[in-house]
Order: sequence, then structure tokens, then C-alpha cells
Amino acid sequence: MAGSDKINITPPRWLLAELTYACPLQCPYCSNPLDYAKHSSELSTEDWKRVLLQARKMGAVQLGLSGGEPLVRRDLSELVRHARELGYYSNLITSGYGLTEERIVELKQAGLDHIQVSIQASTQELNDHIAGTVSYEHKREVAHLVKKHGYPMVLCVVIHRENIHQMQQILEMAEELGADYLELANTQYYGWAHANRDLLLPTREQFEQAEAIAQAYKEKVAGKMKIYYVVPDYYEDRPKACMNGWGTTFLTIAPDGVALPCHSARELPGLDCPNVNDYSIEEIWNESKAFNFFRGFDWMKEPCRSCDEKEKDFGGCRCQAYLLTGDMYNTDPVCSKSPNRYVVQEAIDSAKSASLAPGEKPLIFRNSKNSRDFA
Amino acid sequence: MTIDPDKNIRFSPTHRLQWEEAQQKDVILYPEGMVELNQSSAEILKLCDGNRKPQQIVDELERKFETTGLRNDIIAFLEVALQNGWIRQD
Repeated sequence: MAGSDKINITPPRWLLAELTYACPLQCPYCSNPLDYAKHSSELSTEDWKRVLLQARKMGAVQLGLSGGEPLVRRDLSELVRHARELGYYSNLITSGYGLTEERIVELKQAGLDHIQVSIQASTQELNDHIAGTVSYEHKREVAHLVKKHGYPMVLCVVIHRENIHQMQQILEMAEELGADYLELANTQYYGWAHANRDLLLPTREQFEQAEAIAQAYKEKVAGKMKIYYVVPDYYEDRPKACMNGWGTTFLTIAPDGVALPCHSARELPGLDCPNVNDYSIEEIWNESKAFNFFRGFDWMKEPCRSCDEKEKDFGGCRCQAYLLTGDMYNTDPVCSKSPNRYVVQEAIDSAKSASLAPGEKPLIFRNSKNSRDFA
Repeated sequence: MTIDPDKNIRFSPTHRLQWEEAQQKDVILYPEGMVELNQSSAEILKLCDGNRKPQQIVDELERKFETTGLRNDIIAFLEVALQNGWIRQD
């Protein structure tokens, strides 16, 4: 908790710069807040440059340029150039929508290290449906151009019930496109994904089948394409070590300048997340209430407090504990030691029922109109 | 994949080797990841510049540190580096 002087504060290594909430896509599992439409102000170029400089001085070295869709920012190349001068390794996390060869070259010259392109499915029909925007052919073209210009190419596919049956085809598509890395990201149920969970959460059988296919493919393409498999934590016995521990490694800056210990943290009550317009990164990281809130182990309740695994998973995810149990101090209910594990089972059961009655309720797509309804 | 004694070794063009002042360490940076290096690993990788074969790297390091018998350790590390995609032989 804030004020504790026993905790050794490690410097940030990862800076996630969410440059904007604007996005031409409407993916129904977007990790942006449901009410993003009410946070419409954006940091200026000079603000971002200051943030980059201050975080770099503290030791941040990996930079994620994300959003929304970061390509919407006209000053993207200028920020990339500044990041390169400071010694960051910069990762552009993009839908690829609107990315031209000219801009790919411009970003390369500015010093961008890597481009991660998301694809929603292995077929045009499903990709364009999930993205809510016609984009499949363009994304494939962008993947080719990223390779052509010498970037390491990371393809990211978010996995859920609508596309999990395409696992084999997704793997083949990634290999055909020449991906150096394929990130198979099982949907994490926060934000929009949480609102659409009944329609997105696959069954255990679907997960196990898809995972077996991915594991077999991993061996086939060893040495050529690395496959990262983001685990579906609802089907795990233990929670993920969220953010590698609160306030130890990751620093997220939202489009309006709010600094977050994880990108979902602005939904937690009472954290008073600070803004980079008011404080330096050093003050935010070392002294703010929000970043000290769940540092260390003193905040924990049982069963975490006396658990011999607490230093491994830090009690799991605070946002998930809050979202599923209403109390952010609780053990992440994914943990089988949690007295609230039943809420995860209820979610699994509810999604299974929904899968047996398809079409009963529609997906809520991520767009400004729907976001204003949540605000 | 194993190290070919007759080919030059170069550091991967899709990775970056960099000194980190805050950590007082050399690190390898790649998409969304970082490996922290100890001093000997960093010394080996800095010689993977595309102009040296494995034995030349061994010779150079033995000369630099005025010692002998480094060959096995260096080749073992180069194998690991190759498996991880940090270096290339082509």
C-alpha cells in the first residue's frame, strides 16, 4: 500500500503508449475501456516526447506504440524517431488498416524496429465480420510489405469461439505470409471482451483441440516461426502473473495521459491514477498512490496471504478479481484455491448455453456509438 | 541447426544488441522481448559481425582475455544463440 517503505521498487522496463482510442476497426474483444468515448482528449506530440524521455531515463527500453489504431496519429513517425534516438526498441501494434508502403518505409527510416499486424481470422468473410470493417486483403498485403522492408513480422490473431475452429488454417496462413512470430492470443475477458463473453468464450473441448493443433505446428515450424500462445486463463488452475507484478515492470500511458499499472486499471475504483500532465514519470512510478497500491504482498487477503505461490503469480490479476468478484483485493477467481472460483465456472457454463442457442443476442461491436451508451 | 565451422557469423538483422545504462548490462532486444546478457556472452556476440568464423572468435577472445581453453564454452554459447535466432550463418 502507499507509504510502505519496505518495498524495493524496480524501474519500468516496458512502456505501452496508447496513442489514441480512435480506431477504424470494431473488434468486439477490444481491450480499451467500454466508455473510451468519454476520454476523448489526447496528449500532444511534445507531451509524448517528454513521457518517452522520462521513462527512458528510468530504464524503460521496450516501447509499444498502440491504441486504438496508432497509425491514426499523424506524428507517429516523429515519435518513432524520438524513441529511436533515446534507444528504445519500438514495436508498432497495429491493425494495418491504412498502412501504405510509403508509410512503412518512412517509419523504417525513422527507426521503427518491428510491426505487429493483427488479423482476425483466416478467411476474408470472418475477418471482415469480426473487424467490423473490410480489411482482410489489405492486412495480407501489409504483412507482405512488412516482410519486404526487413522488419521482423509478428502476426497477432486473437482467438475466441468465432474463429477457434480455424486454428489449423490460421497457422498455415501465418507460415504462408512468412511471419517470424505468430501470437495466438486467447481472448482475455476485460472491457469489450467481457461484455461479449457469452459469445466469445470457447468451450474447454474447443480450447484443448485448438491448443493441441498449435503445439503440433510449433514443432513443425521450429527454427522458422516462433509461436507465442497466450493461455486462456479461465481454463487454468492458477492465475497469470499479471503484469509480472503490479508496478514492477509495465507502465501504460492512456491517450489522455493517465498513467496505468496495467491497461485495464482505470476501471478499478479509488486508485486515482495520475496524469502525465500533472506529474513526472518518476513521481508517478515511485510515489503515486496507484502504482504503490498493489506493490508487495501486504495488501493480500486469504488465501493469497499465506499461499506459498504468491511470489510466483502475485495473486493474479487485480482487474479480473474486481470484474468477477466485485472486490479488487480478492484472489483472482481463476485460481482453484479461490472461494470464488465458481464465478469462472458460471461464466463457462453461461457461454456454453449461449453457444447452444446461437443468434439470441448479437455481438456488441467496439465503436463510438456503443461506447457512448456505456459512458 | 548447428554451428558451421567454415562460415562467418553475423548478428541477426532483426535483433538489436545494446548497452543498457540503467541495468549496467548488454541486452538483446527483439519483438516484445529482451534478454539480459552476462559479460562473456556479450563479448562473444559483439564479435559476430559477419567477418569472423567461429575459430576466429575463439582466438580473438583468448587473446583478449589472455587465456586458453575457451573453445568449448564459446561454441556451446554460439549454438544457443543460433537456436534462439540471435545470430546467423549464411
